[in-house]
Amino acid sequence: MDNETHTLLHKPGFVLKGVPHAEGIGLTLVEIGEGTALLKVPYAAHLVGDPETRVVHGGVVTSLLDNACGVAVSSRTRQFGNIATLDLRIDYMRPATPDLDIFAWTECYRATKSIAFVRGVAFHTDKADPIASCTAAFMLGTTEARKGKTP
Amino acid sequence: MSPREILKAAAEAGLKPDLTALLDAIPYAKYLGIRVDRKGTEITTILPFARHLIGNPVLPALHGGVVGGFLETTAIMQVIFEAGGSEMPRPVDINIDYLRSGRPVDTFARAVITKQGRRVVNIHAQAWQEEHDRPIATLRGHMLMPES
Repeated sequence: MDNETHTLLHKPGFVLKGVPHAEGIGLTLVEIGEGTALLKVPYAAHLVGDPETRVVHGGVVTSLLDNACGVAVSSRTRQFGNIATLDLRIDYMRPATPDLDIFAWTECYRATKSIAFVRGVAFHTDKADPIASCTAAFMLGTTEARKGKTP
Repeated sequence: MSPREILKAAAEAGLKPDLTALLDAIPYAKYLGIRVDRKGTEITTILPFARHLIGNPVLPALHGGVVGGFLETTAIMQVIFEAGGSEMPRPVDINIDYLRSGRPVDTFARAVITKQGRRVVNIHAQAWQEEHDRPIATLRGHMLMPES
């Protein structure tokens, strides 16, 4: 584990409050930067995809990465409730290891007036040895865009 | 029974696996509340609305990861049903397009295998709510078939 990753893992965090599914899977914000985010999902029995191998379900990694991408977008654009995922691509490199927490590090590397571009990785202890990687695009200002429109 | 035992028993008996039992054996699918409706060879998965699926409490809207995980599970069920085998297929990559926000109602999904190779399956899945012709999200992906 490199020093940078090691430091990141030991910052105190808190569970994302007010987002029912994030609370449900125990999603915790570990660190937030200018356009970057580090989130964690602790290993838990209800997140397992295969009880024989005890490996976490791919859908959990999807939720973690999607949410972490959203936080990275918010941290760069200062927009919170009014962003929406346009698309999300995930490449699964290897199964997660049972009993280990899964981290997601994401970076919003570009934002225009309406769109934000994000990339990220999910990993256990080392970003360079990922479980999965992702790229995503987000729509910005979704609530403003909705105003003036008939429902 | 574990998912593998369910698949193995079905393969040995030459039957289609019981998808309801399979979903029941997957803790995360159970946690989301995914159900399945099979009519002949047509499989529809159902995600009944529940509060713990919400990702945006302001709108409110379903969590993007929930919709993604639901589509991924739908795709896996379709591959298991059509391609058989005694092991669970493993996703290699998935690409999810979010077309509309997932409203706080029941969601349905179906998947179609576009190409079945020897080791990899290309699959498309689509999720909708009230109207089938107004999908809320689509998935395109590849699944690795376990060697059996």
